[in-house]
Amino acid sequence: MKTIYLDNNATTPVAPEVVEVMLPYFTELYGNASSMHTFGGQVHGIIELARAQVAELIGAEPEEIVFTGCGTESDNTALMSAVESNPAKRRIVTTRVEHSAILNFCKHLAAKGYHTTYLPVDTLGRFNMDALLEAIDDQTAIVSVMYANNETGVIFPIAEIGKILRARGILFHVDAVQAAGKIPINLKKLPVDMISLSGHKLHAPKGIGVLYVRKGTRFCPYLIGGHQEKGRRAGTENVASIVGLGKACELARKELAKGTTALAAMRDRLEAALLESCPDAVVNGDRENRLPNTTSVSFEYVEGEAILLRLNEFGICASSGSACTSGSLQPSHVLRAMGIPYTAIHGSVRFSLSSYTTRGEIDRVIEVLPPIIRELRSYSPFGRDKFEQYLCRLDAARAD
Amino acid sequence: MWEYTDKVKEFFLKPKNVGEVENPDAVGEVGSIVCGDALKLSIKVDKETNRIVDAKFQTFGCASAIASSSALTELVKGKTLEEASKITNQDIAAYLGGLPDEKMHCSVMGMEALEDAILKYKGEKKVLRPEENIICKCFDVSEEKIRKTAVENHLKTVEEITHYTKAGGGCGMCIPEIEQILKDVWSVREIKERPVEKKKLTNIQKMALIQDVLEREIRPRLQADGGDIDLVDIEGSRVIVGLRGMCVDCPSCDMTIKGIEERLRDVTGQNITVVRE
Repeated sequence: MKTIYLDNNATTPVAPEVVEVMLPYFTELYGNASSMHTFGGQVHGIIELARAQVAELIGAEPEEIVFTGCGTESDNTALMSAVESNPAKRRIVTTRVEHSAILNFCKHLAAKGYHTTYLPVDTLGRFNMDALLEAIDDQTAIVSVMYANNETGVIFPIAEIGKILRARGILFHVDAVQAAGKIPINLKKLPVDMISLSGHKLHAPKGIGVLYVRKGTRFCPYLIGGHQEKGRRAGTENVASIVGLGKACELARKELAKGTTALAAMRDRLEAALLESCPDAVVNGDRENRLPNTTSVSFEYVEGEAILLRLNEFGICASSGSACTSGSLQPSHVLRAMGIPYTAIHGSVRFSLSSYTTRGEIDRVIEVLPPIIRELRSYSPFGRDKFEQYLCRLDAARAD
Repeated sequence: MWEYTDKVKEFFLKPKNVGEVENPDAVGEVGSIVCGDALKLSIKVDKETNRIVDAKFQTFGCASAIASSSALTELVKGKTLEEASKITNQDIAAYLGGLPDEKMHCSVMGMEALEDAILKYKGEKKVLRPEENIICKCFDVSEEKIRKTAVENHLKTVEEITHYTKAGGGCGMCIPEIEQILKDVWSVREIKERPVEKKKLTNIQKMALIQDVLEREIRPRLQADGGDIDLVDIEGSRVIVGLRGMCVDCPSCDMTIKGIEERLRDVTGQNITVVRE
């Protein structure tokens, strides 16, 4: 059975071109970039090339790019650096819908006595500017806001937030793990101090991330040891992955230049077909302003894990915000923050497409998902159809 | 991805006995759509032999909830009510070749629906006894259920209790109470609890204690759910707090206040009242 992979916000396949450029660094080019000999030294040049490729994707200068181990490390480093380099400031402001790499690190800092403020979002998952203005003060060490949400794809007004924070002199970090490669980012025009990226979300391998640190930003390293990354992140460079990430960023830049309307159109077609064929289904989040590849649809009266495992039988990969898939008993913190009713959160399914997604794959989902929903609803003790069946039976009884 | 047995997969993909028995003799219901799973079990009983001749289920829930419900109907069919009433959640799990720990609550749900159905058949309505003490307010789990499940399944940790009953899996405010219940269940109860005499606190000590409890215990839990709390003032035994973030419009904020009040009474040994600013 062919896999239909529609879970690209979880991770992406490594592009074949990326694999190809990486391979020599596992075999003949195994040198250490820090070595004095030419054999190791040649690796240094290739890392710098990759740095330039990453910088170009987001409109940064190469020296502003720090390679890390993953998006989580980048997020943790940004927050830690902010509080360490501003020891007098004790407040951290973020949102309720961040990734756990930010939320749990804030919890960790709160336990150390920092004040943390979690900004609310509205029912469409949109940023609340008034809440931000109310939350920030002279005590604020950093504001960390995601560029786009992993579950709903909703994009936050980063430029607008950055303008406010810049005027107040407050450090601004953006978790752009979901946005990079999916929408254009130009840091030349964006008033942001730090940005986190993750390789495996844009067709590079897992285990490589980036922290962009704007020139002139006070910075404290998180990993301490060797002089790598100009002392900003110790540890021997993950050369193969860095090279791969560089290539992936180059591919993403070319893909973005072609525009994302085709991808968005495919997503919209999937969404429209599901809403049409499944009654009591709704899209979660602001449809006007979100990533072109993401849709979160809630099907009332059924539970997300059951939907996913039925889709799995057809080789279709998606994810859900239901409690049963979260590993805890609480459903998605993002959908809860939006005030989506629990009934709808339990039945939420997220599809995230990529440039590799084909028309045929979308057709297949449109074909198999509605019958799955109908069948699972027929097992459910809840639902409108139950009520309608009951009315039908009443009618039939009356006709007799 | 959960490690489900082939039997679970089979009963999830092709469940047996879905629907409602026509003119059922009893219907057992547990769970709710808010909690994430619910089961409605309908049974037909032969009046002469007291045997369950038919059983069907309707389930809202994950794969293991559907499989457990279906397994339950297969287990009870053909059994007398007496025999059926002896079915435990472990029997349901065993029938399916086992369930992941985190999913054991699905088997417990099956057992409870069956108990409910049998009680209703006998005409004994399960009434919430006034002394029934709800420990987990998020998932509506009573002390009795926690004790029973702990004993029957040899559960020793809060995590296990959460896997089997969901208790403690929500806001987490009841975790200390569950710990206490487990201690009580598994410790030899020879030492009678003696009320510890608390020294009278000075005002300064009391304020510091209250502040400390709010900061270290209460606040992290609220923040975990996107909420927050500020200590506004302390006037004698009146503690004035401000709820922030998600807590502001949370439907269970009264419960939260009550919980904080109980905790503060406990630590200070004084009749504290907590009010919102």
